[in-house]
Amino acid sequence: MSLIVPTMAEMMAKGESPDYLFWVGCSGSFDDRAKKITKALVKILNECKVNFAVLGAEESCTGDPAKRAGNEFTFQMQAMMNIQVLDAYKVKKIVTACPHCFNTLKNEYPELGGRYEVIHHTQLIQELINQGQLVLKNGGTFSGKKITFHDPCYLGRANDVYEAPRELIQKLDSELVEMKRCKTKGLCCGAGGAQMFKEAEKGDKEINVERTEEALETDADIIATGCPFCNTMMTDGVKLANKEGSVEVLDVAELIAQAADL
Amino acid sequence: MISTILFIVLLVGGIGFFGWNVLKMRSNINLGRDVNRTDRRKERWKTMTLVALGQKKMFSRPIPAILHLFIYAAFVITQIDLIEVVVDGILDSHRIFHVPLGGLYTFIISFIEILSVLALIATIAFLSRRNLLKIPRFNMKEMNGWPKMDGNMILFMELILITFIFTMNGADEMVLRETTGESYGFAISSHLGPLLFDGLSIETLHILETIGWWGHIVMVFAFLNYLPYSKHFHILLAFPNTFYSNLEAKGKLTNMESVTKEVKLMMDPNADPYATPTEDANAVPQRFGAKDVTDLTWKNLMDSYTCTECGRCTSSCPANITGKLLSPRKIMMATRDRLVEVGENKRKNGADFEDGKSLLFDYISEEEIWACTSCNACVQECPVNIDPLSIIIDLRRYLVMEESKMPTELAGMTTNIENNGAPWQFSPADRLNWANEE
Repeated sequence: MSLIVPTMAEMMAKGESPDYLFWVGCSGSFDDRAKKITKALVKILNECKVNFAVLGAEESCTGDPAKRAGNEFTFQMQAMMNIQVLDAYKVKKIVTACPHCFNTLKNEYPELGGRYEVIHHTQLIQELINQGQLVLKNGGTFSGKKITFHDPCYLGRANDVYEAPRELIQKLDSELVEMKRCKTKGLCCGAGGAQMFKEAEKGDKEINVERTEEALETDADIIATGCPFCNTMMTDGVKLANKEGSVEVLDVAELIAQAADL
Repeated sequence: MISTILFIVLLVGGIGFFGWNVLKMRSNINLGRDVNRTDRRKERWKTMTLVALGQKKMFSRPIPAILHLFIYAAFVITQIDLIEVVVDGILDSHRIFHVPLGGLYTFIISFIEILSVLALIATIAFLSRRNLLKIPRFNMKEMNGWPKMDGNMILFMELILITFIFTMNGADEMVLRETTGESYGFAISSHLGPLLFDGLSIETLHILETIGWWGHIVMVFAFLNYLPYSKHFHILLAFPNTFYSNLEAKGKLTNMESVTKEVKLMMDPNADPYATPTEDANAVPQRFGAKDVTDLTWKNLMDSYTCTECGRCTSSCPANITGKLLSPRKIMMATRDRLVEVGENKRKNGADFEDGKSLLFDYISEEEIWACTSCNACVQECPVNIDPLSIIIDLRRYLVMEESKMPTELAGMTTNIENNGAPWQFSPADRLNWANEE
């Protein structure tokens, strides 16, 4: 089944306006692993006939890594350009699968004039399931599996979203196991604050290795997360531990898409 | 008569010197940049009540929380006893509230005694945690020397204070027994007194009671005046510091309005690039970001005085856990040390004095601030709502925007964002390719 991915420009040409703008983000658009998460989410949106659109080539980096790297100029240039585009399309609601985009759009754009209702994809999926629009007909896919959830810092501590992803995992026929450091005490994967784009400073361990070891201690079959950067870091960690044969790193959207047989 | 004069001198001197130090501290905090933290009053009172008074965040680690609660409760409740001490000291009376309050008096003093014993237990536990158990967060590099001694000194002062309280009450109990055959009936000292001081002459007991009473009040003033030189000032600043907490989502970094002005001008097609700036001629040119403490906000500076160096931030910092140089606690300690230095300099040599040093470079290195993942674990963990992350980000802003200093990969990442709209080198035209890929 091919994906239906309308762009805002196409929508506008037809005189329509979508309920949601799906903000894909740079990782979700360009990173091969993250693209799978993007597609899983689109499958869910298509299945539930959610009226959404993407910006496509008109989307640009939110500026999050620049801001966190201390470059406020680049951040604000990006933000203002994006706000011009979003406002031109009269965007009201945004859904995104990237907690960094989520945080920036939700918290840092309003002061620059960009006011939107922004939700994380796990919150939207939860709503779709609760309203009966999405049925997990293949719920048995994960039966008997242990799943642990790694809290993305920009979803959890930064914005206090801890429950939506967990409730989704609990809808699967599987066991949710928590790591020693979870929720407010969750340990970062090591990618935030623009670390994703640079070598770590001198130390005695990589942060993603520390976090992956903790995830592996739970004996989970699947490490679930809700952030493309966390996904990269944890996937690398699992590979370094030579566990890629037995432990998968998946986004919550991918788990749900599989369970819904999409 | 002599004792009354001595007491009043101690009282006035003790409070006066403390007040003078507090004013110095206040003027240091006011060296910071302005930030509005007086909105949403109701929420602020609530935060202060929960976090400072109710110690909500302490309880994420229950055992130290309970021990800390003992000392905290004893400290707060003992203040009631101080009222009597002051009145007795000035009037040269003896337990002036004993007769008028009757049973209530016995209850209050008993309550204080029980809390004092609990505080004693907690103090001994804390001393052993610091010195025998060697809890890692109390034995990190930044704790060497003065900070470690400071932590122990406070606990020893507690021990001495409690010893004086029980010497006073115990000896007093024996005096009453030997003169009237009655007992005060205080929960602890009516048993402890006979145990410790049985068989001593009435003169010796009087001397012991006097030593206890004076020792107790001298310790209280010594403690009060030690506070401004110590990490222990958190007992007072915890309240304003939580009241002025950042109430926004933790993920939200501040917006730099000075940059907004420039960016808006750049993006305005009608703006005349050669126009003379209309800005206020008296406006002080401000740096982007922070190089020194005076570039930080007053709240950052208040944070630094509030820090009691417990190290919960550092023990939860992913960079620190994995052996990097960054320690959020050290960021706060460095900020305070530098602030005290800048404040002293200004008082001695005038407001414009520059000593050629700065917070960044001389106190905090570039390596430290680049190790931060901005994960907010330090902010989350702090029991008194200190925000080390905002200092780290402001230091980065200075480095990047004023000195163009940053790890080379980050310079590349920024260029990519500017040229391609993504932190990697992909063509913006390919953004939607995923939709048609298998």
